[in-house]
Amino acid sequence: MFNRLFAILCLCMPLEALAQGKTTDFVLDNGMQVVVIEDHRAPVVVHMVWYKVGSADEPSGKSGIAHFLEHLMFKKTKNLQAGELADTVAANGGSHNAFTSLDYTGYYQRVAADRLELMMQMESDRMTGLQLSPDDIVVERNVVIEERNQRTESAPGALFNEHLNAALFLNHPYGVPIVGWMHELETLNYDDAMAFYKQHYAPNNAILVVAGDVTPDAVKTLAERYYGVLPANHAITPRARRQEPPHRAARRVIFHDERVAQPFFIRTYLAPERNNGNQRAAAALVYLAQILGGSSATSVLGRTLQYDTKQAIYTSAQYRPMALDPSTFSLVAVPASDVSLQQIEDALEATIANFMAGGIDIELFERIKSQFRASEIYAMDNVSGIAQRYGAALTQGLTVADVQAWPQILQEITPEEVMTLAEQLFDEKASVTGWLMGPREQAQ
Amino acid sequence: MMRILALGALLWAGTVQADVAVKSITSPGGLSAWVLEEPAIPFTALNLMFSGGAALDPPDKRGAAFLMTGLLEEGAGDLDSQAFAAEIEALSASFSFDVSDDTLSVSVRFLTENRTETLALLKAALTQPRFDPDAIERVRQQVLSILATKAQDPTDTAQRVWTEQAFGDHAYGTSYQGTESSITALTSADLLAAHQNLLVRDTLSISVVGDITAEDLGPILDDLLGDLPAGSALETAPLQLDIPTGLTVVDMPTPQSVAIFGHAGIDRNHPDFFAAYILNTILGGQGIESRLTAEVREKRGLTYGISTVLISKDQANVMLGQVASANDRINAAIEVIRDEWRKLARDGVTAEELQAAQTYLTGAYPLRFDGNSQISRILVGMQRIGLGLDYINTRNAKINAVTLSEINQVAAQLLKPEALNFVVTGQPTGLKEE
Repeated sequence: MFNRLFAILCLCMPLEALAQGKTTDFVLDNGMQVVVIEDHRAPVVVHMVWYKVGSADEPSGKSGIAHFLEHLMFKKTKNLQAGELADTVAANGGSHNAFTSLDYTGYYQRVAADRLELMMQMESDRMTGLQLSPDDIVVERNVVIEERNQRTESAPGALFNEHLNAALFLNHPYGVPIVGWMHELETLNYDDAMAFYKQHYAPNNAILVVAGDVTPDAVKTLAERYYGVLPANHAITPRARRQEPPHRAARRVIFHDERVAQPFFIRTYLAPERNNGNQRAAAALVYLAQILGGSSATSVLGRTLQYDTKQAIYTSAQYRPMALDPSTFSLVAVPASDVSLQQIEDALEATIANFMAGGIDIELFERIKSQFRASEIYAMDNVSGIAQRYGAALTQGLTVADVQAWPQILQEITPEEVMTLAEQLFDEKASVTGWLMGPREQAQ
Repeated sequence: MMRILALGALLWAGTVQADVAVKSITSPGGLSAWVLEEPAIPFTALNLMFSGGAALDPPDKRGAAFLMTGLLEEGAGDLDSQAFAAEIEALSASFSFDVSDDTLSVSVRFLTENRTETLALLKAALTQPRFDPDAIERVRQQVLSILATKAQDPTDTAQRVWTEQAFGDHAYGTSYQGTESSITALTSADLLAAHQNLLVRDTLSISVVGDITAEDLGPILDDLLGDLPAGSALETAPLQLDIPTGLTVVDMPTPQSVAIFGHAGIDRNHPDFFAAYILNTILGGQGIESRLTAEVREKRGLTYGISTVLISKDQANVMLGQVASANDRINAAIEVIRDEWRKLARDGVTAEELQAAQTYLTGAYPLRFDGNSQISRILVGMQRIGLGLDYINTRNAKINAVTLSEINQVAAQLLKPEALNFVVTGQPTGLKEE
């Protein structure tokens, strides 16, 4: 009925050129990197500034300060009243927000393309001109505490995840939650925020990404005018965090919470990440995640546990290829109502063992490969998404060349490479196994 | 012979790049669609929206439309669930099926190279779904798991109770996802009935954006959708809105309480709708700093987020808000909300607030039309609620036409602080049930 090979054989257009052809990058004299992505379909622009600092760069005992500072960046600055940036973006019909991750902190606005200069004026002003008051600290700290209440304390799955990360990372700050531990979050103060700000916010620690209906020349002129005049902070050095020692014992987290209606199983392994000039291992793991747990209907875990044995109602494999330091690879299974967590763990282990013995279904591999090619076409529909790729990459140890090489590397990966990486990945000693369950008395 | 109406709406009228034109077409077989040709990227976004959704579930079959919709990608024609999924993957297409109380939506994305094969697969999903017994059981177990998890979630629970109180025995009073007992009892005959009820040609809105021409589209749509039964547009049962007033606490073991609050809203077609829309933006909307965000979050740090929204369902209109605060602070948040509601109803908005909201809303509107998938989603929704192509060009004028005295009249009529109904989940302190 349908020719399965059609999609695989006929996608012959030069994809790399398609997806990457309109990107320009340069560096300002003060060390600020700039990436410009052109998309002239609509007169809209996304303006983003990414700082090479995240929660994993926080001083010991100050967890949550990177994210707290992100909130405080909307307060008074040298030339802006508190809230004025947000009001100005709104007055121009735009939207804006900010985000903090383990490795980066970012700020963006999406506005009509002719408002770019105004955005740069405000964003550059708060890069070095933040003027906090003690009142800001008290009120905004309560907001962040409520954010933690909402996203973490009210969600047993999120609390479970914090414990898993803390157990997996023996020494690296990736084991500390981005929002911060509550007991430390409650004590963050003015000095903490200003010290962190002065230490990390400077043009030579930032990436400017402008995407949309703009030209590189126009962006360069504006960037030099607003960001180029800010002094570099030469005290900033490349990040060197505490790294993991050899892992010598598998860990296990059994998390009971009365609010859990649906137990699940997860095992997370330490995994290599994309590195400058060396992305093949990560690319192979991207395949491995898709092969094992990409689609419920066709992946190894889905086929076996959801369709054949029906022991699971949901399965997945999750891998985050971008990180400054080593990343994680997780296998997840949600057991059917009559299956215990021990049974699903055993069944999942047996499924992985069978996969390691039997190898990769080549038809599945080829379908995934063609989907990666297609995803580059679909990605072009969302220029903000492409902007995020560059911002995330450049704040996590990669270069523009690495970003542009990635789609082709994905096309070159072989099933043999995937199996080699799987052999290295599945080292139980470098793993944490988690069971999320209901209250103890009802546990199986 | 296809007719292309000369209604090219210019999305960017008033700016230099006024080159994006939506066309309204009628296929040879009589299907109407909106199409935007955008050949820059070799893919197309297609959206279908059927009027009539889960609220048409028979009372004892709640969740039938939801379960049926979940099964549309679980096998069709000659292909069982796994073969169907493998085919979508081989074509690098994406299908998504979604149901709400009033609509059933289909969002599809396909590469130009694979257009014919992808649409054949979509046609099978729409017209020959298999509803295989093992697929029904598998998806049923997933739905039951979702329901169990939601029952423990403070936000879902607050919404569920508020909705029950507001809509009573009407279908809107229960979740379109059904209940444990209703989902457990559904049979394949129920799913077939839901399929026959909802996927009918006469209730269909269609939009297509991307690498396709209006000329090619007509015959393609006839081939894709011509086999659907003509059907007549079923109407959701009418509803006499009677929302109680008070405050209900649902005990849940969480450190933070969630409050859902609201009262009657306003119809999308009411002449005062635009004034009400701006009013909601000022009170608790997104984009500009709303009064509630300023008072509850920025000044007092009582929450991470507070918002209100006007909800226009086919048979009911409500104005609904949501906030989450620590158990010992939710009472303070609720006090501020009541106070702001009273002040706004009594004193109205200022000229500056009105202007700031109008500037934001009119400036933000054109920015929505960015990306094939996004534009297609907007266009199908516009057709479904009966907006014409000219709406794109006239909408901002309607926003700007609202005057201070109009919006303040609407504030006095729409906002009823004494009619607010609160449902709070958590373990709040200092709150009295009413």
